[in-house]
Amino acid sequence: MSGRRPAPSTPPPPPAVQKLALRYAKRGTLRFASHRVLQRAFERAVRRADLPIAYSAGFTPHPRLSYLGAAPTGAASEAEYLLLRLSEVLPPALVQARLNAVMPPGLPILQAVTWDDAVFGDLAKQLTASLWQVELDQVDGAGVAASAAAFWALEEFQAIQVRPGPTGAAESSRGGARSKPPRQIEVRGNVLALDLAKTSGRPCPDPGKPCAILEMVLRHATPVVRPDDVIAALAATGLEIGLPPRATRLAQGVYAVETGLVQPFSRIAALAPKP
Amino acid sequence: MTQPEPDSLWPLIEPLLTEAHDPVQYLGGELNSRSKDWSQDQSETIRWVLAFPDAYSVAVPNQGLQMLYEIINERPDALAERAYAPWPDMEQAMRRAGVEWFTVDSHRPASRFDIIGLSLSTELGYTNLLTCLDLSGLALHAKDRRQSDPLVIVGGHCAFNPEPLADFIDGAVLGDGEEVVGAITDSTRQWKEQGKPGGRAGLLERLARADLVYVPAFYTVGYDEQSKQIAQVFPNNPAAAPRPTKKTVLDLDEWQYPKAPLVPFAETVHERASVEIFRGCLRGCRFCQAGMITRPVRERSAPVIERMAQKAIAATGFDEVGLLSLSSADHSQIAKLAKTMADHYEGSQTGLSLPSTRVDAFNLELAQELHRGGRRSGLTFAPEGGSERMRRVINKQVTEEDLIKTVATAFGQGWRSVKLYFMCGLPTEETADVTQIAALAGRVIATGRATAGHKDISCTVSIGPFVPKPHTPFQWAAQCPPAVVDERLAALRQAVAALGKPGRAITIRAAPGRPAMLEGLLARGDRRVGTVIEAAWRAGARFDGWREYLDMDLWEETAAIVLAERGLSLDWYTTRPRDYDEVLPWDHLDAGLDRDWLWDDWVAATAAEGVEDCRWSSCYDCGVCTRLGTEIQLAVGL
Ligand code: SF4
Repeated sequence: MSGRRPAPSTPPPPPAVQKLALRYAKRGTLRFASHRVLQRAFERAVRRADLPIAYSAGFTPHPRLSYLGAAPTGAASEAEYLLLRLSEVLPPALVQARLNAVMPPGLPILQAVTWDDAVFGDLAKQLTASLWQVELDQVDGAGVAASAAAFWALEEFQAIQVRPGPTGAAESSRGGARSKPPRQIEVRGNVLALDLAKTSGRPCPDPGKPCAILEMVLRHATPVVRPDDVIAALAATGLEIGLPPRATRLAQGVYAVETGLVQPFSRIAALAPKP
Repeated sequence: MTQPEPDSLWPLIEPLLTEAHDPVQYLGGELNSRSKDWSQDQSETIRWVLAFPDAYSVAVPNQGLQMLYEIINERPDALAERAYAPWPDMEQAMRRAGVEWFTVDSHRPASRFDIIGLSLSTELGYTNLLTCLDLSGLALHAKDRRQSDPLVIVGGHCAFNPEPLADFIDGAVLGDGEEVVGAITDSTRQWKEQGKPGGRAGLLERLARADLVYVPAFYTVGYDEQSKQIAQVFPNNPAAAPRPTKKTVLDLDEWQYPKAPLVPFAETVHERASVEIFRGCLRGCRFCQAGMITRPVRERSAPVIERMAQKAIAATGFDEVGLLSLSSADHSQIAKLAKTMADHYEGSQTGLSLPSTRVDAFNLELAQELHRGGRRSGLTFAPEGGSERMRRVINKQVTEEDLIKTVATAFGQGWRSVKLYFMCGLPTEETADVTQIAALAGRVIATGRATAGHKDISCTVSIGPFVPKPHTPFQWAAQCPPAVVDERLAALRQAVAALGKPGRAITIRAAPGRPAMLEGLLARGDRRVGTVIEAAWRAGARFDGWREYLDMDLWEETAAIVLAERGLSLDWYTTRPRDYDEVLPWDHLDAGLDRDWLWDDWVAATAAEGVEDCRWSSCYDCGVCTRLGTEIQLAVGL
C-alpha cells in the first residue's frame, strides 16, 4: 500500500507567481543521460533544494517544470533550457545557487533569469537552431574536410535514422516500450553551417591517432536531425570513422547568416524594463 | 605489498555506450555514491566489489548491498565499489572490445579488488554471476583461480543453499552481513599485513576457522551409487567448522544503515527511501524461506525508524518513505509509528508506504492511516492458499470470513479494488483448492458491490507457482509438475468465467508453471547441478529472471543431457518427494532451525494442522532462539 499527498480532498496547490528560465549543461559521463533521466534529476533537485515549486493540480500533482528540446542521449551540451514555475518570488541567482548545491556535478545550472513571456516572448520560439561541436577520434583531418565539402555541395541527403528503444526496466515483463521503426530524414537542408576551421585549436587526445573537430549549425526540424546524422552522411561519402563521434551542443538560439546564432538570454538585457 | 592502482576502464567503456541500451546504468556517480582513493591511509587497504548480478533497475534498490556499501566505506582501511550485471547487448560489446567487468563507481576492473561479494536474492541470477566472473577474466572454477585473484563470496538468501554454485564460488556468508563484513575485512587485512601466509587458501582457512565464511571446497560430498542421493558431507580441512552457522545481528538500532540511500539516475523498481523496521518474521508460513531463515524477529525502535526516515528523505529527495520488512504490519509499535509518521508528513509531498499483505482489519486501519485524506485505489492481501484447508496446510492463518469482512469494510470506506495473492501447486493441493479462488473472488466482488453501493469494484487475483525451498518445512515436498499447475490454472479461469457477469470484474494474473522448474532445480540442487548451470550459461542462458530472456527449452535440454550422464533428471531434483532420512544438500549448513522441528511441521502440514506465531502465543521450539543464542527483540516505547 502506498499513499501520496496532496490528494483531491486537500486544497489546490498554490498558484505559480514566477516563471524562471534556466540554461544548464550536460557534461562528462552524464552526456549519456536520457531525457527521462534529466527529468528525474531535476524533480529530485527541486525537492532537495526545498524550492517553492508550483505543482500542477489533480490526482498526482507534478512539479511544474518544462523542458525545451532536450539534446539526444549520448550528446553533451552547454545549452539546455528549462522553465520552472515557483509559487513564491525568488531572486534567480538564489534559485540557481540552491539548485547547484544539489544537482549532480555533471548537470550544472549556468544561467537563471526571470522569464516574462509578455516582454521576452515565447522561449521555445527562440530556440530554432543549435550550434554543435562534434569530436571525431581516429580520423584524418584532411579526409574530414574533403567529405564535409562534398556533403556541403549536395542539394539534399536522405538518411535512415535507427532508433533503439529502451531495455531494462522499460522492456521488462512489466511491459514497456519497444524499439521504434527506423525512419527516413532529409539531412542536408537542415545543416545551416558547417565549419572545419575550429579543428586546429585543440590537441588530439591521443597524439598518435589523428582526430578532427567539426562545428555545425543544425536547424531544429521535425523529425529532429542530429549531429550523428550529419556524420553518417559524411561516412556515406566515404569517410572512415573509428570511434563513435562525441557531440556537444554549444549554444541554441535563432540563426541567420548575418547575425550568426543569437541566444535567447542575450536579448534580455536589451528588452528588460528599466527600473 | 599493496596492489598498484589499476587504470580506470572508462576510456574503453565510453565508446561502447553510444550503442548500449540505457547507458546511464553504467555511469555511476549517483547521489550518495562513493568513490574512494585506491589506497587509504593504512598499511593495507581492503577493497571490496559489492555486486548484485542483475540489471541495474533491480539491483540498485537492494537494501542489503547499500548497507554494506556504507559500512565498508566508513572504515578508514577499506573501500567498496558497486558492480551490476551488464545487459546482454553490453556484455557482447564488452567482449568484442575486450573490456573487463567493471565497478560503476570508479570503472575499475573488478578483478583487481581483494574480495568480490555478490548478493543473491534469487536463484535466477546464477547465470549472470558466471557472466560477471567470466567477463572479469577470472577462472569460472574456484579451484583454477590464481593467487592474485579476488575471493568470490556470495551472500543473500540463496547463500543458504550455495551448493549448486560450489564450483564457482570461494565462499558463502549465511545471514546478516553488517557485522561479518567487518570481521572479514579485519581478517583479510591481517593476512595481507602478515605477507599473505598460505596464499589464497590461507586466507580462506582463516575465514573458515572463525566461522565467518562457508568454504565449499573444505567439504567433500559423497553420493550413493544406487539412490544417487548424498551419502555424506564431511569437512576435509581442519579449519572447516562441522556446521557453518548463520550470522544474526541482534540490535538493529546499532546498525542504522543505509543512512544516505543511493538515488539512481535511471528508473528502478523501488523509488523510495526504505527503512527496515524489523528483520525476521514469525508467522511461520511453511512455504516461506525468507521467514524461516531470518528468525528471530528483531525490531528497530520507533524513534530510530522516524529519525532514519527523516535523514533518508533529506539525503535523497525521494517522495516516499517505505517502512520495510517481511510483514510490516506486525511491528509491535506499528499503529503508533504509522500515526506519528503520517502526522509528520501530512501536507508535505512525501507519502508513506508499508508493504504488508496481512488479511485483517488491523491492516486496513493502517492503510487508512497512511492514506489519510489520500487516494484509495487498491489494497493487497495474500491469503496464498485458495481453500481453508490449503491455508491450514501452509499455515497461513486466515479464514474466508476474516477476508470477506475485511474486504467489505474496505469497500465501505471507499477502496475500489483489491489484489489477492495465491500460490498454485502447493503440497496436497487438489484442483478444487484452486478453483475455490473463483468462489472467493466472486464473494469479494458481491460483498464489495453490496457495501459500496455501486458496481465500480474490481479484484485482481495474482497466482504464482509454488517452489519448495531449503530450510523450510516444505523442503521435503515434491514440486508440482508444471502441466498440473497449468491445468489447475485453466480450471480456475473456467470457474471464473462460469461466474458470469460478476466474473468480469475479476482479473486473473498467473505465470505459467514451467519456469518454476528452473527455480526448483537451482533452489534445491546439490553440487552436481553446477554442471547444468555452467552448460546452460555456455549455451547462452542469461537473465533467467526476465521473461523475455529466459529460455526454458535451452534449460530443459541442457538439464536432460547433463543430468542423464549421472542417472539424474530435472524431475529427480524437483517433483521427487524427499524422505526424513535423505541427506539434503544444505543439511550441513546451520540456519538455526532444528531439523526435527521442520520435519514435524512438515508432517503437521500434510495433516493440515496450523501453528501459531510464537511471538503472540508460546514458543514452539523451532530451534532458532536456543541454538543460536538469539532472542526475539521487540521494540520498546515510542
Ligand atoms: S507472513 Fe508468512 S509469507 Fe510473509 S514473511 Fe512471514 S512467514 Fe513469510
